[in-house]
Amino acid sequence: MSTLEADSATDAHGAHDHDHDHPSYLAHHFDTPEQQFDSGKLGIWIFLVTEVLFFGGMFCAYAIFRSLRPEVFEGCSQFLNTKLGAINTGVLLFSSLTMAWAVRCSQTENHKGLTALLATTLSCAMVFLGVKAIEYSHKFHMGLLPAGFFSYDPAHPHHEGGPNYLLWICLPFIIAQIGVVVWYGISVLQGKKFQAAVALPLIVVCASFFGGVGLGTILESGDSTEAHASEAGEHAGEGHVAADGHDHAEHAGDADHAKPESLATLEDQVAGTEYGVQERLATDATNTGVQNELSAIERQSAMASGSAIVGNYKIDATIDSVSSEFLTPSRAGVFFSIYYCMTGVHAIHILAGIGVLVWLLVRSVREEFNRNYFGPVDYVGLYWHLVDLIWIYLFPLLYLIR
Amino acid sequence: MSAHDTASSDHAAGEHREGYDFAHPLPLPILFGVFAALVFLTIVTVAQASFSFFGDYDVLVVMAIATVKASLVVMFFMHVLYDKPFNAVVFVSSFVFLGIFIIFTLSDSLLTSPDQIPVDDGIVMTTTDS
Repeated sequence: MSTLEADSATDAHGAHDHDHDHPSYLAHHFDTPEQQFDSGKLGIWIFLVTEVLFFGGMFCAYAIFRSLRPEVFEGCSQFLNTKLGAINTGVLLFSSLTMAWAVRCSQTENHKGLTALLATTLSCAMVFLGVKAIEYSHKFHMGLLPAGFFSYDPAHPHHEGGPNYLLWICLPFIIAQIGVVVWYGISVLQGKKFQAAVALPLIVVCASFFGGVGLGTILESGDSTEAHASEAGEHAGEGHVAADGHDHAEHAGDADHAKPESLATLEDQVAGTEYGVQERLATDATNTGVQNELSAIERQSAMASGSAIVGNYKIDATIDSVSSEFLTPSRAGVFFSIYYCMTGVHAIHILAGIGVLVWLLVRSVREEFNRNYFGPVDYVGLYWHLVDLIWIYLFPLLYLIR
Repeated sequence: MSAHDTASSDHAAGEHREGYDFAHPLPLPILFGVFAALVFLTIVTVAQASFSFFGDYDVLVVMAIATVKASLVVMFFMHVLYDKPFNAVVFVSSFVFLGIFIIFTLSDSLLTSPDQIPVDDGIVMTTTDS
């Protein structure tokens, strides 16, 4: 059965200079590459099952607390920046595309393409983490922390002093960036072509993190101008303060209990330095949802400019009743506990994915994969798609609650 | 013929060998089409959250869209559509057990106590006049 027509894929990978009678990529205990691939694939699927159940525990906690306190989730979700979340969703979807494409390249033995697509996937992962760093550092800075540490003060949303959280989050990536650049420099100087070929894409990958940080900063700063606009407009009419208070009272069960205070005193409060809760939320840069809502309400009140109907709502829409609904350290803290736990564990999975993708990148530069041996690329791809899958659910559940 | 004979590149046969060349590369149009669909659905989710079309059924709509996106990723990007059916059975079974887990825990929590979060309110709202 021997012919001269050798399998180019196995031929190129040193089957001949190997002592054994099979291609170097085929482990001894497997008969064929397909058997090897299928075994590994079943293994990774079972691992993904454990991952689903692992994240399922957190989704379960989310479901319980949301069913108990829907208004806490609605209120606290306003602190999350939908724009940043949507950008991150897009980035992760794109990285899934490049990963699936990378699997295709490994199957068609397009080594250059495989390396480039793995590097693109890695860069997307880094952009994701960069945007996440902006989100986290802003929330740390505002005291929007898990239960027990939650110290958000609406009157002074931005705490003075405190560590520069963004710098601390960025520090490992700065070190990695410097390390990779130095590594590339040394390997070029010493003429180590392989190491240089690995380090060069990694420079781009590490730089993408700072690209993500920049992207997040731009989106955040764009929001803060909106926040100032709504802040300036909040003294224009007092009607919208009550109106958005009513908005909260509508979907907050306990808010129906009206405070036994006269309308006059309430109006004094509103006209004084006490702001509506949403206005205070809107002064923070991350609250795009509240800002949009406020601008809509402002337009409405400008059009209507009537106070008779609005006045009715003032009775059950005191600032105290609204605040006690969701912005308490215990309940809001629980929301942020869940938020940090779910997005944090997801971010850890991204970091782990970056680790295995770098390993793939090294092997890809070595051109170890061929059409009979692309298992590692496929398995990492499956893992990466699962991480994407979890984010597909996390994004609407955390960011898109009204 | 022995397994090692089959595996050896020296004995590579001209015809298709058992256990070799099993790869099924996804065509690029499918990959880009799925990606475009995913981005479109993301925009739809964000848009419907901004405009509130469905009121209280919002969560269900959002979860339905997320599930459509997830199945697109699973079927095409994760290759399940062209994979061995057993892998799909294994993966889908995890969601069955996840459903059992969440439904039973949720119903238990709703039937027992309304809220077990210790309340230490009154600290955050420092709304004193400046």
